[in-house]
Amino acid sequence: MILSRIGLGLLTLLVVSIVIFVLTQILPGDTATSVLGQNATPETLAAFRHELGLDRPAALRYLAWLGGVLHGDFGVALTNKQDIVEVLGPRFRNTLFLAGYAALMALPLAVGFGILAAIREGRLTDRLANIVALLAISMPEFFVGYLLILNLSVNHEWFPSLATVGTDTPFGERVWAVTLPAVTLTFLVTAHMLRMTRNSVLSTMSTAYVEMAFLKGLSRARVVTRHALPNAASPVISVIALNLAYLVVGVVVVENVFTYPGVGQYMIDAVSKRDVPVIEACGIVFAGVFITLNTFADVMAIVLNPRLRHPR
Amino acid sequence: MADDRILCLEKLRVETIAGRVLVDDVDVELKRGEILGLIGESGAGKSTIGLASMAYARAGMRITGGTITLAGTELRASTALYRRHTRGKSIAYIAQSAAASFNPGMTLMDQVCEAPVVHGVMGRAEAEVYAKKLFRTLQLPNPDTIGDRYPHQVSGGQLQRVMAAMAMSCRPDVIVLDEPTTALDVTTQIEVLALLRDLIAEFGTAGLYITHDLAVVAQIAHRIMVLRHGKTIECGDTVQILEHPRTDYCRALVNERRDAEHLTLSVPDRAAPPILRVRDVTAGYGTAAAARNAVAVVKNASFDLAKGETLAIVGESGSGKSTMARIVTGLLPRWSGDIELAGKSLPPALGRRPNDILRRLQMVHQMPDTALNPRQTLAQIIGRPVALFFGRGRAEVRARVLELLRLVGLPEEFADRKPGQLSGGQKQRVCIARALAAEPEVIICDEPTSALDPLVAEEVLKLLKGLQDRLGLAYVFITHDLGTVRRIAHRTAVMLKGEIIAQGPTEQIFSPPYHPYTEKLILSVPEMHTTWLDEILQKRGGAAGLVAGAAERPAEVTPAARAAAADAGAVAETERMAAREVLGEGRGAAGLEALQTEVRNLKGMMEI
Repeated sequence: MILSRIGLGLLTLLVVSIVIFVLTQILPGDTATSVLGQNATPETLAAFRHELGLDRPAALRYLAWLGGVLHGDFGVALTNKQDIVEVLGPRFRNTLFLAGYAALMALPLAVGFGILAAIREGRLTDRLANIVALLAISMPEFFVGYLLILNLSVNHEWFPSLATVGTDTPFGERVWAVTLPAVTLTFLVTAHMLRMTRNSVLSTMSTAYVEMAFLKGLSRARVVTRHALPNAASPVISVIALNLAYLVVGVVVVENVFTYPGVGQYMIDAVSKRDVPVIEACGIVFAGVFITLNTFADVMAIVLNPRLRHPR
Repeated sequence: MADDRILCLEKLRVETIAGRVLVDDVDVELKRGEILGLIGESGAGKSTIGLASMAYARAGMRITGGTITLAGTELRASTALYRRHTRGKSIAYIAQSAAASFNPGMTLMDQVCEAPVVHGVMGRAEAEVYAKKLFRTLQLPNPDTIGDRYPHQVSGGQLQRVMAAMAMSCRPDVIVLDEPTTALDVTTQIEVLALLRDLIAEFGTAGLYITHDLAVVAQIAHRIMVLRHGKTIECGDTVQILEHPRTDYCRALVNERRDAEHLTLSVPDRAAPPILRVRDVTAGYGTAAAARNAVAVVKNASFDLAKGETLAIVGESGSGKSTMARIVTGLLPRWSGDIELAGKSLPPALGRRPNDILRRLQMVHQMPDTALNPRQTLAQIIGRPVALFFGRGRAEVRARVLELLRLVGLPEEFADRKPGQLSGGQKQRVCIARALAAEPEVIICDEPTSALDPLVAEEVLKLLKGLQDRLGLAYVFITHDLGTVRRIAHRTAVMLKGEIIAQGPTEQIFSPPYHPYTEKLILSVPEMHTTWLDEILQKRGGAAGLVAGAAERPAEVTPAARAAAADAGAVAETERMAAREVLGEGRGAAGLEALQTEVRNLKGMMEI
């Protein structure tokens, strides 16, 4: 069961790689035209294409590329001949760092307040948690980002406005630099997880076995922690996985606002230059993160289900 | 006298938050060791009273008046903490659906031991020892290890017994039993009923026994209180209520039950060729191609249905009777065999059947609540098949809808109402009207009355019978209730484990010589006298024999084998386990729920 889930994840990844490849082929123009410009003669274009291997059939190019990927080789960028892995590696680490930081803030916040809201359903805590979370998700991320920059770095100078970090930036400094974008991301993802946690706990709170637990004279705290929460976990985990994936994949705008050297910026750059190998590499990395996290959530759902854990 | 009373509710009043009165000035007195039966239809407030005696109100309800005195202490005036500590410890609850009332993620032992440990009655080790003793008393298989299982790993009847053990885990003074056997099959029901009765007697516990079934409560209660619309109608000694009910309402309830014990229909003239012929039909879940791995749910079933005739298909849950309905309607394509409607073979799958066949074969479902689109008016619901099958204009459709409403005994004004504004019985009438709108020849009725209160169900049965006489309809009537069968079916087919093991005129099926399984089914239906349970237990050689022989054994068991099993307790135990393996019995809550959900989904699809 778990193995088939993982297999399905890998298959999805393969399909995604094909889709990305095909889509980049459909895009108007190619690397040669965008690098050499409108004035290039057909002969130079052809020569350049031949040099880059663009004159080979698409299927062949795809297969060659796929073989490389399987060996951990994403090839070289067409535009500047840099090895993609070398550029992508540190950037991906940066992205993961930012996402991890945001997740560390958003997760406890969302789950904690979600449970609290469920326990105090309809009361002030519940409404406040919901309203604040909704407000946060309703504001565009660049707006939140600039708002934070204005207040916390321009007016008060507590945090830097630019999250420029290098590979040699020390950890403490790195954390400090990345705080504002991380907070911005937290704004984005908390609401969804909070609401899901709240609703999932609430729906288990209305089951017959929770009523039974109350009728056994258990305290509210015990009913929630022993009877409601464990059974509310599965849907929450899948939403958390989706949001964590979004933290990695959806950071493009935030990276731009704070000029953070992550994967998102690299990818946008590549798209504007039709640098197919780079786009593909970024796409595969993003898809990989997405699929890994979702597969993880699925596996957790299987593991958490007593019916599957303890077959008859 | 006063010391004798363990639980006392005076002028109890429960309202919804919106102010609707659910329980209106009800007085309940319960002496130590006494069992009081609370009887009533749905909405009579009996469960609300049961919960209120624990000073508990469900979400959206409030206890607004009266006193609740448990063992000399008034609960409403006590602190919340005190109330909490009486629950589970001094007064315990057994719910209707054991499957839903156990936390799916905790072992049974963890759940049974929770209350005694939390209330400080016993330590965990002691509680486990005590729980195992209770398991043994309740004749659960493998009492020493069954506690390590999860709820989905034991059968419904076993789970209900584990819940009884959970309720008794703190040796409470009072136990509230809220329809504890209603969700069980008849054959399992007597077994659980007998064990509950013995358990309560053994511990001298007082009990509030809530049920809608007079015959069941007659076996266990010393006194009966009849409730309706939140008010006490009549309260008295069990024998008095059964033999000499004082109020009209009680008389109606008692008579309805008595009617169910008599046969009312005889076989009509069978000169007519069958309208529906089912021959050697086999089907199951999964496709025929995958049949090698899949299990056939219905095997080699054959029956005929003549015009104007009712064929009842009876059996316990899991016997394949509802699957039979799905096969005939094409919701579940048959793997093999043939189904003919008026001499023409039907395509197996619903999607391949032409409109005209769909029209001639209609269905009425068990749950009218879920079978009607809550956002459509009755005119839309009933008018849809009229427009679909006959392509009539607006005015004509409207006229036909009103005609159909009259036909099923609903006022014409209902045409513009939505299902939410109707009662359960009225909704079922709408379902029948919708089926009739297609002017069918055959209607498959899948437990159409089992979700309804007895008196309402009786009215619906009368309606169905009247329509049959007038329109010459043929019914395939699927039910688990033999009382219903006696009242409506000309002929009966008994299903066991996917096979039709006996069929014939109802009269013949219900008179000796019986097929052994039919006999077991018939004997399992409680009768309206207080000594029935004892008689049946005696007939079967005591509770051990009952459990081993009757409830869980396949039909081939002869009385001799049953007696032998009763003699050798240990042998019976092993046999029982083996039988359970064979039966795949207690497929458990998980499978059942999944199946029900799936059936609901498919039903939903057909509505569209």
